[in-house]
Amino acid sequence: MITLTVNGKTHQAESDPTTPLLYVLRDEMKLNGAKYGCGLGQCGSCTVLLEDKPVFSCQIPISVLEGRKVTTLEGLGTIDEPGRVQKAFIDEQAAQCGYCIAGMIMRSEGLLRRNAFPSDAEIRDWMQPNLCRCGTHSRILKAVRRAANAESGA
Amino acid sequence: MARFGRIIVGLVAIVIVVGIGFWAWASEPAIDPVSRPAAGQFSKASIAKGAELAALGNCQACHTRPNGKAYAGGYPVETPFGTIYGSNITPDPDTGIGKWSEAAFRRSMHEGLRRDGGHLYPAFPYTHFTKVSDADIKDIYAFLMTRPAVHNTVPSPDLPFPLDIRMVMAGWNLLFFHEGRYQPDGSQNAAWNHGAYIAEGLGHCAACHVPMNMFGAEKTDKGYAGGNAAGWHAPALDKSSPSPVGWTKDELAGYLRGDMTPHHGVAAGPMADVTKVLAEVPHADVEALSTYILSKGATKPADARKAAIADAGKKSFQVTTAQKANFKGSAKDGEAIFAGACASCHFDGGSQPFYRPVDLSLSSAVNAPNATNLVQIITHGVKPAAGGSGPIMPGFGDVLTDDQTASLVGYVRKHFTGKPAWDHVDKAISTSKETAGQ
Amino acid sequence: MTIRGDRGFSRRSFLKGSGLVVSFALLPGVAFAQDKTDGPKGPPFGDMKSTPYLDSWIGIDESGKVTIFSGKAELGQGIMTALMQCAAEQLAVTPDQVRMEMASTASTPDEGYTAGSNSMAGSGTAILNAAAQMRTILIGWAADDLGVDKTTLHAENGVVKGDGGKSRAYGDIVKGRSLHVEADGTSDLIPPDRYKVMGKNHPRLDIPAKLTGAPIYVQDMRPDGMLHARVVRPPSYTSTLQSVDTAAVSKMPGVVKVVHEGDYLAVVAKGEYQAIVALRALQEAAKWQTPKALPKESTIYDMLKSMKTDDSVIDKRGDGTLPEGRPVVSATYRRPYMMHGAIGPSCAVAEFTNGKLTVWTHSQGVFPLRKTLADMLSMPLDAIDCIQVEGSGCYGHNGADDVAADAAIIARAMPDKPIRVQWMREDEHGWEPYGSPMIAEAKGTLDDDGRISGWNYELWSMTFSTRPGGSANNLMPAWYLPKKFGPPKGGQIPLPGGGGDRNAIPTYDLANTHVLYHYIDGPMPIRISALRSLGGYLNTFAVESFMDEMALAAKTDPVAFRLKHVKDPRARDVIEMAAGKFGWKKAEKLPPYRGRGFAYVRYETVKAYCALAVEIEVDPVSGQIRVRRAVAAIDSGNAVNPNGIQNQIEGCIIQATSWSLHERVAFTETEIMSRDWSSYPILRFDGVPDSVEVHVIDRPGAPFLGTGEAGMGPTPAAIANALYDATGLRMRDLPFHAEAVRTAMLGPDAKTKA
Ligand code: FES
Ligand code: FES
Repeated sequence: MITLTVNGKTHQAESDPTTPLLYVLRDEMKLNGAKYGCGLGQCGSCTVLLEDKPVFSCQIPISVLEGRKVTTLEGLGTIDEPGRVQKAFIDEQAAQCGYCIAGMIMRSEGLLRRNAFPSDAEIRDWMQPNLCRCGTHSRILKAVRRAANAESGA
Repeated sequence: MARFGRIIVGLVAIVIVVGIGFWAWASEPAIDPVSRPAAGQFSKASIAKGAELAALGNCQACHTRPNGKAYAGGYPVETPFGTIYGSNITPDPDTGIGKWSEAAFRRSMHEGLRRDGGHLYPAFPYTHFTKVSDADIKDIYAFLMTRPAVHNTVPSPDLPFPLDIRMVMAGWNLLFFHEGRYQPDGSQNAAWNHGAYIAEGLGHCAACHVPMNMFGAEKTDKGYAGGNAAGWHAPALDKSSPSPVGWTKDELAGYLRGDMTPHHGVAAGPMADVTKVLAEVPHADVEALSTYILSKGATKPADARKAAIADAGKKSFQVTTAQKANFKGSAKDGEAIFAGACASCHFDGGSQPFYRPVDLSLSSAVNAPNATNLVQIITHGVKPAAGGSGPIMPGFGDVLTDDQTASLVGYVRKHFTGKPAWDHVDKAISTSKETAGQ
Repeated sequence: MTIRGDRGFSRRSFLKGSGLVVSFALLPGVAFAQDKTDGPKGPPFGDMKSTPYLDSWIGIDESGKVTIFSGKAELGQGIMTALMQCAAEQLAVTPDQVRMEMASTASTPDEGYTAGSNSMAGSGTAILNAAAQMRTILIGWAADDLGVDKTTLHAENGVVKGDGGKSRAYGDIVKGRSLHVEADGTSDLIPPDRYKVMGKNHPRLDIPAKLTGAPIYVQDMRPDGMLHARVVRPPSYTSTLQSVDTAAVSKMPGVVKVVHEGDYLAVVAKGEYQAIVALRALQEAAKWQTPKALPKESTIYDMLKSMKTDDSVIDKRGDGTLPEGRPVVSATYRRPYMMHGAIGPSCAVAEFTNGKLTVWTHSQGVFPLRKTLADMLSMPLDAIDCIQVEGSGCYGHNGADDVAADAAIIARAMPDKPIRVQWMREDEHGWEPYGSPMIAEAKGTLDDDGRISGWNYELWSMTFSTRPGGSANNLMPAWYLPKKFGPPKGGQIPLPGGGGDRNAIPTYDLANTHVLYHYIDGPMPIRISALRSLGGYLNTFAVESFMDEMALAAKTDPVAFRLKHVKDPRARDVIEMAAGKFGWKKAEKLPPYRGRGFAYVRYETVKAYCALAVEIEVDPVSGQIRVRRAVAAIDSGNAVNPNGIQNQIEGCIIQATSWSLHERVAFTETEIMSRDWSSYPILRFDGVPDSVEVHVIDRPGAPFLGTGEAGMGPTPAAIANALYDATGLRMRDLPFHAEAVRTAMLGPDAKTKA
């Protein structure tokens, strides 16, 4: 049995060790942040942080996660106390259907943890793996910029 | 480092051997500046032909920095000796080649000299471009001179002494550079000759696919026995080609154009940039190129091909294996990792992504003499084609620990090829993780 | 104020397993008037016309909490928030006091489909007026209770107040009273100059929950005992199942059942990933026969022209012929099959218990879906409830209804267990109904003053609606049941909305026009239905590209040329606003390979006004176009939530940019080849404009015109016009793939790809 550490809590996974993290998060842990979009590593809806790096949870067997830290959207904040990136997305009203946004937030969080002062070009480049169909992109970029500025006090 | 040291010693030796009197000999005259030729003086046909030739030469790859303006230079070319930045070849008079006459441009291609007579480093493959005909150079000139001029000053090369003295290249040229246009081989047909002209000239295939000596010059006696390119292994194109099925002319032509070929997949790493531009040139050129390259021996007899394909079929990963195996979930279990991380695309039967990945048993990367390319692909994945369709694979560099990557690599190598395990997998992994993806 | 994510979602209490308590003033013997089939006709206030009882729209409980019922679905377009704002304003309550209940056959009015940018006009107008009349009624009742004259009272924050501190809260007023009052058409609307909630950028109610991981999507439902199902889709539409051995799959870990009815094949498992692994095994086990039944992709336009058509002249002004002796400008514009491509594959949950079926669905039309499921399952209507729960954005008729049918079929085969079905990525790409290909041919002449003197336009299109509509033929999963349904049947949508002919009638003041619609009612070899803006996308592309082609012939600036042909002051306002904010007039000369383009539309000829200016850049090497800057102006009438309107138009511009630069469904004669994001790429961040600016022109108090689709059509036209400006190339076939642009840029003597 694999022991996962998700949002600071440990969880004994019952699923087969080959099961991709996404399904354990959703099925066993009843977390909604990571979403199934393609199951092929093409869209980023399932993005979570592994340590501080954004990764596609649909492509990670839980067998490789023993002793490593996973953070999902739920780990960044709550509806009453949204995390910095969540708050920036809310302030920019950066969602239409919102299905992609959880992944977008996780990917942005990963950027800011690595680079607190990203340039606009770096933000764009970093967000490239994640898809949005509603066309919320320009608001997403603004939200990441806002979160970065808040961070750096700019 | 030891190797690097040797190179320095070697080069210092050259400088000494050739001696001080060499300075006078090594100086070349400047060619007078001209004012930028008007676009109207080039014919449309010449510009269009030039565009194709520039694509064949993949000029843009080294002369455009990531996210930068086309041909405005600044791309860092990492060489074993240090970093050289691709120059600005837009017609900007101050920072580009706006003041270059056609003669100056031709001399740079044929002799590796700047308009002012200074020596260029052979990272700019004039050693190959010297084979290009005057007519083709004229068209490339027409194409470049009609691009938008971009003002962009490119950083100076970042090289250790004595390599930072450009004139040292005169010595290098003396040893390794043979000036002269391509001479057709009368014993071969026109397609072969056209392919050879492209491959040995503009295409400069050998720059990556031929091993290099310690001075960064191609070991011409080794032929296309495989080499290195930007942290990737450039596979052998001769008899020692790692592909178990070998290549047919159509497969190679398709591959070179960026198609997803059933037994070879699609180009990755630096080769992906090459196939992107080859998609833009006439099919006939690419077919000639494959005719010539195939003559180096990367083919297989029909029955060997068939056997390899049948064998691959037997080794395919069955999706149901994932759960039948009842893995204990050891992080060292490469097969368990494969089942959860790779099998959503790399399995047999059922539905798969449209760009059905190549059967791993047939993959050149998995059959290669070293782990470099498999590790690179696992670490960095295959990025979505800019604005077009093409395979996508996520990179696992941030997902798998070095140990896990090694287990996965070990499993893939063993299961899909049955060949002996690679040496230095750890080294390949740490090197790959240090480099940015392609 | 804090916006709570659970506001508006308590109906989704199902998700939390607590069970919903409906506690507003329902008196014995009083039922909702939900169905629009019978009953009196109401006043002409949007959908109140068919649903005239106020308590169909508004509930108030004894604590003063207000529930607003709308038959429209929140699809990520923000409609719920805008409707809430209408209700709060006119009912004189605070947004906190309002709970929204959307699209459910169990509780809301039947407002048909949430489509066609109709929700504000239909539901918004109804709720606006219902709330206003309800406020008057509450004031009247309070006057009775307080024994004062009602003219001395006013309502504020859920309390009716009068002189001398007299007051009565709504909760107290409604005690023992019935809200089952018929609308009388006398709504006393709060005037715009007193708006406190409407016309303001109210934060969307659904966003905080979506951004923090609350269970808000149908994909997030997990009722106790729920099982996961996956459906084995055949290789192609007309495939038939030859054989399948289900025994091995039945024994796989977690598998509860293999459903096999006719050619319909599905697997049910405890865990979602177990269902997926079993699906792969079952796919491997199933052997299908697939005939060559699809057209050759390269021949779709010939196919359109060769099919039997049903012709109608939909616009004729003057004698409708091109004046003789004038040079004729002519051009043909075309679009291929394109897809909705939701990011989250379609999903539904269904439970079949005691002969009653409940389906949680992200369908755009729960009432029509219920009817269609009844047809498919031969069940009585009242044994089925369809409850809308949000899914991923749909942009029209995608897989939402089909997956609801999948869930229903499987739930019926496995009673008493909630069944969750989510399509796989390849199902979504390969099985959704696409948008029809189209051809438009335009011809025009100018008079001596450079005015358009003749306008001749012909178009070819298949249907744009095979929505469920009550017929199980239109539910794809039903095609494979033992009782075979299909083929699907489409139909024409009447003008002014129209289907393929949407926006084929130019909204310019032209004296002499002839617009001929060749509607193709024939077989649909590739599945098609409603895709955002329907024919409006191609027609606006064609009309607005052609306006530029005519402007060129007239040697007139494209914006000035448009203004020359339109008198409607609201049209002129959006055109001038977009051009002005963009800096169209004083624009300096652009560097090479950069260009500007303009387009305008009045959506569906009678709805929102939208104008768009873009600046683009072409990569001279690859031919890839990138939109650098987009500036739009939109007038959709009374602007209830301007930020919401901006969000929608920004979304239109970016989505339509993706459509216009990249998208085309690929297929062979046997199967669809666009099966994932690698084979049907869409815009990624590298293609997003540096800035997208939307200016909302508010028309306080004017009728709602709707917003959601108005920006789609102008986008390809503005891009094509900008490309012409940049390179002198006129692209008339969508999409503008880099390869096509590159080839064209190198001139006719260039031979790039063979
Ligand atoms: S669902 Fe994981 S990348 Fe699409
Ligand atoms: S907001 Fe809907 S997919 Fe991004």
